[in-house]
Amino acid sequence: MKIVVCIKQVPDTTNVRINPETNTLMREGVDSIINPFDMYALEEGIRLREKHGGSVIALSMGPPQVESALREAISLGVDEAVLLSDRAFAGADTLATAYTLARGIRKIGKADVILMGRQAIDGDTGQVGPGVAENLGLPHITEIRKIEEIGEDKSIVVERLLEDGYVRLKTSLPVLLTVVKEINEPRLPSLKGKMAAKKAEIPVWSAADLELDTQRIGLTGSPTQVMKIFTPPRPSGGKIFEGDVQSTVAQLIAALRDAGIAIGQKKGEA
Amino acid sequence: MAEPIRVILDKCVGCGLCLKVCAYDAVSLVDKKAVINERCTVCGACVGVCRYDAIEIERRPFKGQDVENYAGICLFAEHRRGKLSSVVLEIIGAARELKKELDRSISAILVGDKVQGMAEELVAFGVDEVWMVEDPSIGDFDEDVQSDLVTKILLEKKPEIFLGGGTILGRSLLPRVAARILTGLTADCTELSIDGDKKLLRQTRPAFGGNIMATILCGGHRPQMATVRHKVMKEAQALAGHQGRIEKLDLPILKPRVEVLEFVEEKMDTVNLAEADFIVSGGRGLKDPKNFALIEELARSIGGAVGASRAAVDAGWIPYSHQVGQTGKTVNPTIYIACGISGAIQHLAGMKGSDIIVAINSDPSAPIFTTAHYGIVGNLFEVVPEMIKQLKE
Repeated sequence: MKIVVCIKQVPDTTNVRINPETNTLMREGVDSIINPFDMYALEEGIRLREKHGGSVIALSMGPPQVESALREAISLGVDEAVLLSDRAFAGADTLATAYTLARGIRKIGKADVILMGRQAIDGDTGQVGPGVAENLGLPHITEIRKIEEIGEDKSIVVERLLEDGYVRLKTSLPVLLTVVKEINEPRLPSLKGKMAAKKAEIPVWSAADLELDTQRIGLTGSPTQVMKIFTPPRPSGGKIFEGDVQSTVAQLIAALRDAGIAIGQKKGEA
Repeated sequence: MAEPIRVILDKCVGCGLCLKVCAYDAVSLVDKKAVINERCTVCGACVGVCRYDAIEIERRPFKGQDVENYAGICLFAEHRRGKLSSVVLEIIGAARELKKELDRSISAILVGDKVQGMAEELVAFGVDEVWMVEDPSIGDFDEDVQSDLVTKILLEKKPEIFLGGGTILGRSLLPRVAARILTGLTADCTELSIDGDKKLLRQTRPAFGGNIMATILCGGHRPQMATVRHKVMKEAQALAGHQGRIEKLDLPILKPRVEVLEFVEEKMDTVNLAEADFIVSGGRGLKDPKNFALIEELARSIGGAVGASRAAVDAGWIPYSHQVGQTGKTVNPTIYIACGISGAIQHLAGMKGSDIIVAINSDPSAPIFTTAHYGIVGNLFEVVPEMIKQLKE
């Protein structure tokens, strides 16, 4: 079985701070990490290989520094990694990113399962997975919390999380799946993995290495345009109620009801 | 390949603001001028922060469609188990606001089995035209089949705007449609309006876990597509006597590639965070899994759902489906009551859109108090039972 896991390197928002004077996001000294949801995708890919054999390939698109994320993926246990990197890819929105990744997956060839995290924590869009599937002409299923089984006949049964429960779905390989955190608990890198990561040769494919339409990549291939980025206004500061327990709770409930919220009120009360 | 982003040296004063906002360490100062290196992803953060308009992104977008031939506001009428999803009324509400500025008709795409009643409901709420494909073979979870039909209808009818819900279905289906049509799609918008000059759809959305907002346009491609965050826009009210046209379309329907084996509903009252008006959440401060009973009791007393912080979920106290935050759900209830949650930035990312945030925490310096509208510093094991008691009175 050939498994491709698409990962994204993102700024670690744990360390993001707001500058209280300018109300802007301070990203100074922020580390880069593998998108947390992609860690679950990597783990699931490695588990599938452990169970069914084959190989796992990590794929990412981004500037040269993304190589470190791919090395980390190798340290966790993926067999190979490929970086799609070219200034021509820069500034891609989700449409252009999905197209470029799909071209990379096509060049890798013969993928049975393509895994991704449900969304990246910087853009928060979740659009690239379904977009890649569309570009490859494959079915996709989002929000996977469990891969129940993959049969000899290449059928696959999964559980997909919904707003009000979950649904068990069956389809056949090849398929693209996006995963949620519940699916597994990612392992830590092994010593052997770390050694492999150090030695690994990570091929870098540029636009010229992929068979693609240069009109559909990077900024040129991106229909959406960011007009403005701003920091949302911060709450003007909350009210902390003072007093004993009984009095603070009474003040809170009164404040909520004053705000027009019928909290805990029985019928007939105003 | 020319560099897509450049610093206009005459305008740059070397203030260094762009260095501080860059998440990729891609800007440095050389001779008091900003220099952008190859680490840059052209995310645009530096452009937004520059007070001297000294950084410029050069765009030469590929040629889109014949933009002028597209007109009207269209929406995806998502439904599940025989009912329109509540987000649809919110989208109609947003579309009716846009209609005031744009003066175009509102249409809806409705595909599925036994949907005639929903089509009439759409009209009653202000939709002028419903494009409907009714067929028993179209299932609720057939994104493949549904996205194919939606694409065909959009290409034939050519609306200039197409909106869907920022729901699990909408965020799965619309990206496929956008990738097929080759147009722009903006995820999870919290604000939509019409740009003055060119009458473009101005789409505003949170990113970076709600720490920044971005306003996005799609100038050269149609339809301009967006998903809308649930529970942010105001629901439309029925328009008395509103008339609309329901057009049944006869289109070929693909054979589904994904088969539904079983749908398992989870207890509606406490787990459906997306629909809940009231949410009571518990965190590490609960100290023990059995104390979630207290959170549940408070939630039940106000008819709300139960949420949890990542710490509580990771400790195995409550299932993941309750997790609120960056790696869990994003919620927008009327009231969010955080009990024993310190308020890490990842948790705030999932709930800061709530109308009113109440924090109960024993640590007065907990970051949750900076985001909360109302706070009680105290022992939650005393405060929560007192709330339950007073709410009963």
